[in-house]
Order: sequence, then structure tokens, then C-alpha cells
Amino acid sequence: MSTVLQDPQTTETPNYLNAEYGWKSWLLTTDHKRIALLYLISISVMFALGGVFAMLIRVELLTPEGDLVNSDTYNKLFTMHGVVMVFFFLVPSIPATLGNFLIPMMIGAKDLAFPRINLLSWYIYVAGALFAIAAIVMGGVDTGWTFYTPFSSTYSNTFVITAAVGVFISGFSSITTGLNFIVTIHKMRAPGMTWGRLPLFVWANYATSLIQVLGTPVVAITLALLALERGFHIGIFDPAIGGDPILFQHMFWFYSHPAVYIMILPGMGVISEVVPCFSRKGIFGYSFIAASSLGIAIVGFLVWGHHLFVTGMSMYAGLYFSLLSMLVAVPSAIKVFNWTATMYRGSISYATPMLYAFGFIGLFTIGGLTGLFLATLGVDVHLTDTYFVIAHFHYVMVGGMVVAYLGGLHFWWPKITGRMYPEGWGKFSALLVFVGFNVTFFPQFITGYLGQPRRYHAYAPEFQVLNVMSTAGASILALGYIIPLIYFIWSLRYGKPAGNNPWGATGLEWTTQSPPTTFNFDVTPIVTEEAYAYAKHEEAHVG
Amino acid sequence: MADTHAVATGHSTDHSPHLRHHFDDMDQQFDSATFGMWVFLLTEIMFFGGMFGAYTVYRNMYPEAFASTSAYMNPLYGALNTAVLIVSSLSMALAVRAAHLGQQKALQICLLITMFFGICFLVIKGFEYHEHWVDMKVPLFGGHWNYSEAPQFAHQAQILFCFYFFMTGFHAVHMLVGLGIMTTIFMMARKGTFSPTYYTPVEVSGLYWHFVDIVWIFLFPLLYLIGHTRHLV
Amino acid sequence: MHSVTPVRTYVLIWVVLTIMTFVTYGVAQIDLGPFNIVIALAIAAFKMTLVIWFFMHVRTDSPLTKLFVFAGFFWMAILFVFTLGDYVSRAWMPGGKFW
Ligand SMILES: [Cu+2]
Repeated sequence: MSTVLQDPQTTETPNYLNAEYGWKSWLLTTDHKRIALLYLISISVMFALGGVFAMLIRVELLTPEGDLVNSDTYNKLFTMHGVVMVFFFLVPSIPATLGNFLIPMMIGAKDLAFPRINLLSWYIYVAGALFAIAAIVMGGVDTGWTFYTPFSSTYSNTFVITAAVGVFISGFSSITTGLNFIVTIHKMRAPGMTWGRLPLFVWANYATSLIQVLGTPVVAITLALLALERGFHIGIFDPAIGGDPILFQHMFWFYSHPAVYIMILPGMGVISEVVPCFSRKGIFGYSFIAASSLGIAIVGFLVWGHHLFVTGMSMYAGLYFSLLSMLVAVPSAIKVFNWTATMYRGSISYATPMLYAFGFIGLFTIGGLTGLFLATLGVDVHLTDTYFVIAHFHYVMVGGMVVAYLGGLHFWWPKITGRMYPEGWGKFSALLVFVGFNVTFFPQFITGYLGQPRRYHAYAPEFQVLNVMSTAGASILALGYIIPLIYFIWSLRYGKPAGNNPWGATGLEWTTQSPPTTFNFDVTPIVTEEAYAYAKHEEAHVG
Repeated sequence: MADTHAVATGHSTDHSPHLRHHFDDMDQQFDSATFGMWVFLLTEIMFFGGMFGAYTVYRNMYPEAFASTSAYMNPLYGALNTAVLIVSSLSMALAVRAAHLGQQKALQICLLITMFFGICFLVIKGFEYHEHWVDMKVPLFGGHWNYSEAPQFAHQAQILFCFYFFMTGFHAVHMLVGLGIMTTIFMMARKGTFSPTYYTPVEVSGLYWHFVDIVWIFLFPLLYLIGHTRHLV
Repeated sequence: MHSVTPVRTYVLIWVVLTIMTFVTYGVAQIDLGPFNIVIALAIAAFKMTLVIWFFMHVRTDSPLTKLFVFAGFFWMAILFVFTLGDYVSRAWMPGGKFW
């Protein structure tokens, strides 16, 4: 990596990449942009790891018989896929990379409020990831990524504590990132950068940070209780002496449902930047989109019980959790409508980031609406623990977040590296991701509805055609991830120099040099206009 | 806000040496640090909140068993420790005040008083833990556990004792961290680091110390007092 | 910009906090039925408010700090109310009971 970045041809002007050389200048940096790249590399490694597990799962499911791996190994595969993808890729994904890189630039600051804590958060992340990897190497975990008691606390014979410690530790990296963002956004905005002028990406990350700060401690304490229960048999989740295993689920989902919004809100922020840029129009309903981010952060904390409908939770609690879950659809729908309205009568160009944005809007809508099916008490009883659930949350997590993440990477790649990626390949792989994703996961709605349960390595033969489709789609999807990896690395050396603002986008980050200098701005900028003033800029351009 | 820093020079010379390059002035730096501490305390509220929540669930589930554990506890220990922590909080507040006014001597004395009472708290807690051990009230590994006071509640009381150790244990860990911070702050104070324009670390660690005090203010009634008279609804 | 609170105020608050500690200890020795818990928690909440308001001088802090302090307790309340909502109403279900 550093050899590529040291290439003197990358850029002639001083910037954050060539400001200092050597591994120390990276591992001890406090520059938010360099830390963003450290995160980018580490979460990509974890994404690849989680992807390998996913592929093994899909290969096993090619045939109805459990022939490739035995059921114990299969349990470990889906558990480790979930743990790695959720806690070590999706949760940090956009905030720790694009958020870290862009938030100070977007608000006109030189860095985050606490640069050293920012670096610390990366080290905490790495420590957590090492624990997770250690658990995998020693023999894996088989509890499912949700670590449900009493299986995880009493019966499982795998490395539950090691994995739980990894998740516990990485939680603090998430907390410190969120804390840093909140303070930065409150205290470090440039003159004139009022709350009403903040880019929606910043609003989205602000809401995300609130969830990280308020939710993560609860899952930390829950996992600590789990580890104590498992290590010392204290009985807190053991029904044999009066403990209640469902309490674990309450506390776990108090964080982990809002965590779904940690994983999707930043993606929505990316889409809110990309859509106006490639529609050459101001965003429609700015204040609604901003407020709906906060709305999601707040209402998202009131719905966790929809994961407990069939556990023996009180049906009265089921009622209010079901009702409130429906309510989250409102702010989400507000966003979708506003993005669509932004595109209406815009002059749309089909650049790669915009293709990802199209994909996001469609896939997220399907993912969100199927969530309403699952929030409905009666329907949920039928669909719980089937592939319908798998399809639903992959439409949100992969179709939503991963697609938005890729879109964002393409959108800001010129700013991050100063180079353009090859546009043709970009469009091609965006298409592969969209097609591959749908071929993989749409069939799972059907098999799930027909009753194929999740988390089994064997299934009824009548589901084979659809499962083969899924596996084929997963291969296309994998190709859609590998191609960008290749051309992104290629572009570091051979990409066309991007210039400061290749998309003609608004926003302070585009007024800086590409790649930016270490302190982003030579002169603290003064903001005088609303975000997304595309109409004004177009006029000036024409006139 | 209007001043502009040259890119390469981290610090401009007309500023306090404690001003970090990415802040405009000392006020912004102070505000960010204290606000950052408050956001951190927000996570601490949720951290202990999760514990208190789980505890409340079981308390609500097994009120009689719970009353029996409260009856076992000696509330004098709890009350004494509450008083001790409140004194340390007072001296902490006075330490911050002294730092703000630039009274170096008073700052150091107040920090020492704070640390002294913090240690007192832990010593008293240690005696109490020892008593629990002697009384066979440490149900880890299902061992060292005897509940002849109310054998019909032995199982449920075991859970409640685990919560007791879990909550007071986490609180004690926070106290230890607090003492570590105070030691650092005291060393800095002795070197004369702080002045009326720069006392952010004192302020921020003060907030932390008070928070740990607040946690105990709730642990005391919840673990020692409620149900102490054995007549619980 | 940061106002200085007189020592007298801090000491006064400390006196009140100490008295409240004795009061809550004393009240706990008397059997008041369900009111024991109410009084104990009310006193604890009062003491907490004093510490936050004066020792942590939220009194003179910005509305932003006040909002965040409030948010902390609000979110804790969400956790409590919605979780306990399940446990309390389990008993109302036909044939339902705790574990
Ligand atoms: Cu959920």
C-alpha cells in the first residue's frame, strides 16, 4: 500500500498522502484522512473474510443434502459470516471511512475534535477484530451472530467468550467514533455553516453517532453479562435457577435493532449527496430529510421487540412493538420520496455513483417494505426464522448499505486519491452488483415464504432450483465486488488526475485540492449559501 | 474564528501552548473537551442503565427473594460509603474551582483530599466484600454459596448477589480508573500545568468523578435499603 | 465566560447531600410498605440532581449540555419502560406467568 502511495508521480503538490512517509507516519497519524484509509483497508479485509464465509454457505446450499460441510461447521460458517459482517464491516463501514474522511471537510474544519481518540478508535477496532479472528482460527463460534442465551451461555462448546470479547471491544471503537463526530459537528463548524446548511451526509452521520453513543454501551454490558454467565455460571440467563434468557434478547436488541440504523443511515447520507449532484438540482425537502434522520434515530430505539414476537414475550408488548415498528417506515419513506422528487425533472447523468444510488433506492425500498411484513405480528409468526428474514435484511444491509458504500467510494474516490477510476468498468460492476444481488436474494423471499428455515445446512429438495439461483447470483455479486477492488488499486497509479471537482458538485469538500492537504483548508472557509445550490451554480455556468 | 493558520505551522505563536492546531481558540477547545466528556458520560449512563435495567427486571420478578438479600446487607457500610463519596465530590468541585481561579496550592490539596476519600471508599468496600466472603455469599462457579437465612430463595438470591457484585464491581473499577486519572491530574498540577486559561483536564476529570459518585448514590438505596425491612410489595 | 461558584454554595450542597444520606438511611429502618422504595428513589434522584446541577455545574452550562444530560436519562427510561412493559404485562396474558 505505502509503496503505491509513495509514488512521486501520484501528485506533485503537497497533500495528506505525501506529507510524510514511512509506516510510522501512518500508524501514528492523527490526520482524519489517513485514519479513514487505515479503516478502509481494515474493513475491506474483514469484508473479504465475511465474504469467504458467505461463499462457503452458498456452495453448501447448492444441493439439498448437507454434503460439503457437516451441520456443526455450517453453524460456525453462518455465525462467523454474521459476526464479521455486522460488527466488523457494516457498523464501521461508512462512518469510519467516508465519514471520517469527509465530515471535517464538509463542515470546514481542520480535523475531528479529538484526533488522537480517532486514532485510538482504529486501534480498538483492530484489537476487537483480532479477538474475532482469534475465535475463528481457534475453531469458530456456532451461536449465530446474536449470541442467544441459554445456548451461548450454557450449551455451546465453541469460542463464545473470545468472540464476545471481540465484539465488546470493537463496540468501544464505534462509541469513540460517534463521540468524536457529535462533538465535531457541534463545535467545529466553519463560520456560516449553520445546522440548516449542513450537508445531509453530515446529518445522517450525526444521527448515526447518537445511536452509536446511546446504544452500544447496552450491548457491551449485555455481552459482559453473557461472558460472566458462561465463565462463572452465575445464573443470570439460566432458567434452571430463575434467570430469564429472554432478557438477553431484550438487551441485545435494544442495541442491535438501532444498530440496523447505524448500518443504513450513513448510506442514506451518501445517497442524499449523490442524487442532487447527478440530477443537477437542489435536494427536494432538505429539512424533511435531515429531520427524518433524527426521527429514525429516535423511533429506531422503540421497536426492538419485533425480534421477540415468538419468544414468549408478552403479547401486549408485542402489540406496541409491532405498532411502533410500522412507524419507522414513515421517516424512511420520507427520504425515498424526497430523493425521487429530487430526480424529477432533473438533468440526470448516469455516472457510476448515480447507478449505485438508483440501486440503493430500489433495493432499500424492497428491504424496508418487507420489514413491514415482518413487523406484522401474525405474518411474523409464519415468517420468523425463515429465509424471508434473511432476504429482508440483506436487501437493507447489502442492497442498501453496501451499495451506498460502493456508490460513496466511487463518488469521493477522486477526492480521496486525486485519481479517477475507469468509468466504463465502474458502470459495468455497478450493474453486476445490482443483478447479482437480486438474483441472490430475491429467490430467498420465495423459499422463505414457502417455509425454508434459516440456519440449516440441508433443505427440502423442492427448494433446490431457487437455491441454485441464489448461489449463481452470489457468484455474480462477488465479481461485482472484485472488479472495483482491482480498478481502484489500478487507478492509484494509472487513473486520470481528477482535478478538484470532477463532478461539478457543491459542498466544501469539493473546494479543496484533490487529494487535500493535511489540514484540509489553507484558510478557514466562510459559508454563505445553502447546501446543494446546484440551480444557482448551473445558472452561473450558463450565464 | 476569523484567524487563519498557515498550513504547515501547527501552533501559531500568539496562542497558549496548550492550544491544539485544529482548534481556533482556547474557548472552542475547552467547550469541545467538556462537551465530549458529557457525551462520554451519556454512554456511561446507558452502560450502567443496562445493568440497572436488568437488575430491575429481576427485582420485579422476585420481590421476596430480593427483600431477603437486602435484609442481609449491612446498610451502615452503604451509608458510610455514600458519605465518604459525597465528601470526595465536594473536594473535587472545590479542586475545579481552585484550578479555575489559579490557586495552585488549594488545587493540589483538594485533589489529595479527593483521592484520600476515594481510597477510603475502596477500603471500606473491600472490608465489606471480605465479610461477604466469610458469610459464603459469593456465588461464582455456583460455589462459596450458602443461603441458610432464607433457603427457599437460595436460587433467586444467587442471581441477585451476582448483580450486587457485578454492579458494585463495575463501580469499583470506575473508582480505580478515577483514582488513576486523579493521580495524573495531581502530577500535572504539581508541575504547574494548569492556569485560569487552561484547566480543561481538571474540569473534565471532575465531571467523571461526580458521575461515579452519582452511580453510587443510586446503588446505595437499590442494593442496601429497599426491602431492608423485609416487607416488600 | 465560566462563572465561579462561591465555596459557600458548594459546602451548602454538601451539607444537604449528607443530611439526605442520613434521612434515607433512617427512613429505610421504618416499614412504610410500598413507600419505602418510592422515598428511597426520590431521595436518590434529588441527590443526583444536586450533584449534576451544582457540582457538575450544569446550572451554568449551555442548553446543549442540558439537552444531552436529559437525553441520557430519557434513553435509559426507554430501556426501562419498554423492557419492563413486557415483564409486567406477561402476567396479564391468559395463563401467562413469569419464568
Ligand atoms: Cu429490528
